[in-house]
Amino acid sequence: MAKHPVSLTVNGDEHDLLIEPRKTLLAVLRDTIGLTGTKEGCSTGDCGACTVIVDGKAVTSCMVLGVTASGKEITTIEGLASEGELHPIQQAFIDTGGYQCGFCTPGFIMASKALVDENPDRTEEEFRHALGGNICRCTGYTKILEAVLQAAEEIRATS
Amino acid sequence: MKNFEYFEPTTLAEASRLFAQEHAQLLAGGTDLVIGMKAYTETPQSVISLQQIPDLDGITTDTDNGITIGAMTKVREVELSEDVQEHHTALAEGASEIGSIQIRNLATIGGNIAHASPAADTVAGLLVADAQVSIASAEGERTVPINELFTGPGQTVLKSGEIITQFHLPSPASGSHYIKHKIREVMDLAFIGVASAVNLQNGVIKDARIGLAAVAPTPIRATEAENLLKGKIPTPELLQQAGEAAAAAASPISDLRCSAEHRKEMVDVLTRRTLRYALDRATR
Repeated sequence: MAKHPVSLTVNGDEHDLLIEPRKTLLAVLRDTIGLTGTKEGCSTGDCGACTVIVDGKAVTSCMVLGVTASGKEITTIEGLASEGELHPIQQAFIDTGGYQCGFCTPGFIMASKALVDENPDRTEEEFRHALGGNICRCTGYTKILEAVLQAAEEIRATS
Repeated sequence: MKNFEYFEPTTLAEASRLFAQEHAQLLAGGTDLVIGMKAYTETPQSVISLQQIPDLDGITTDTDNGITIGAMTKVREVELSEDVQEHHTALAEGASEIGSIQIRNLATIGGNIAHASPAADTVAGLLVADAQVSIASAEGERTVPINELFTGPGQTVLKSGEIITQFHLPSPASGSHYIKHKIREVMDLAFIGVASAVNLQNGVIKDARIGLAAVAPTPIRATEAENLLKGKIPTPELLQQAGEAAAAAASPISDLRCSAEHRKEMVDVLTRRTLRYALDRATR
């Protein structure tokens, strides 16, 4: 089966790749480009661990064929910190203890970033509902929600 | 996942020609197909993406508040569209019930319907909107009313090479509402889905439509219940009769999520409840 030329912009870097159409975007990011921050959890779209941002929208990258992402702009967890400064959401997860084993954390942070970028004025209940596509087996979610609310407040204050 | 040939046609005619080949599958949002391919329940030899075909996505509103929704429109866009929320509320509510935000940013309304799950969350809202489904193939175009599209679980009247291109929702009802009966807040399949839409004129129900999902081999309209309502002034007794008639129209199965008896009972309850919400919206 023919490989397809695919051009992806990932965290601002352009990648011209030849990939098999059956490779998911998640596999392209991890195995082809080597960005292993994005995690594979359930691989059926249920857990949100593989969440990345494509053209401004949070998506489960395990459900996306890499070939269909050609020409698109992708942000992964590796793209959030700039000039050695963590993104406020990353910092908030550290401050509140919003992670334990860390496996779900990149997905939670990317899903949260898309939400905060879209509208940081959500209520706690709205954030809770909007993060329903991300599963964490360690924290019980309380600290995660604290982190997201803290970051949203900080982003509101500085914008 | 088995390997396959991948095509990205730029015209509907080319897509239709490719899709008419043996073992071909259309790719819209991928949230059903990619998962199916990983599970080897879908093993297409060719996958035809619709994403490079122009004019298949987007929502346009007509002067009479009828709405046209392209098949490749993401369900998240349907959910957030102010025009859909205001004029076809049951559809916006149904779209908001699918999976998670991450999934709704991928999934398309065309895929949700073409997949033909009796439990699809957008289907009851489209049924009560009386949506017309535009279908294209290399041979030409045709239009099918949404209540004639489905023939069984996963089955539609779509013929080889035919592709859903858009949904046209005519001038809207004055109020509508959708309820998904489920256990989890998000990421759940509907035990059942019920949508009602009503047109009120001087306090009399001029027109009523009730759409039911996951209670029969295909999504259905509860036409006997609708007929009971037409021309009447809404009263609790009338809504009770409509709920019972809708439950009588349902022929659900028992499965691991709940029993047929429970589904039938809930059709009665949720028909009354969605009618109350729809009537409330219609009088606002």
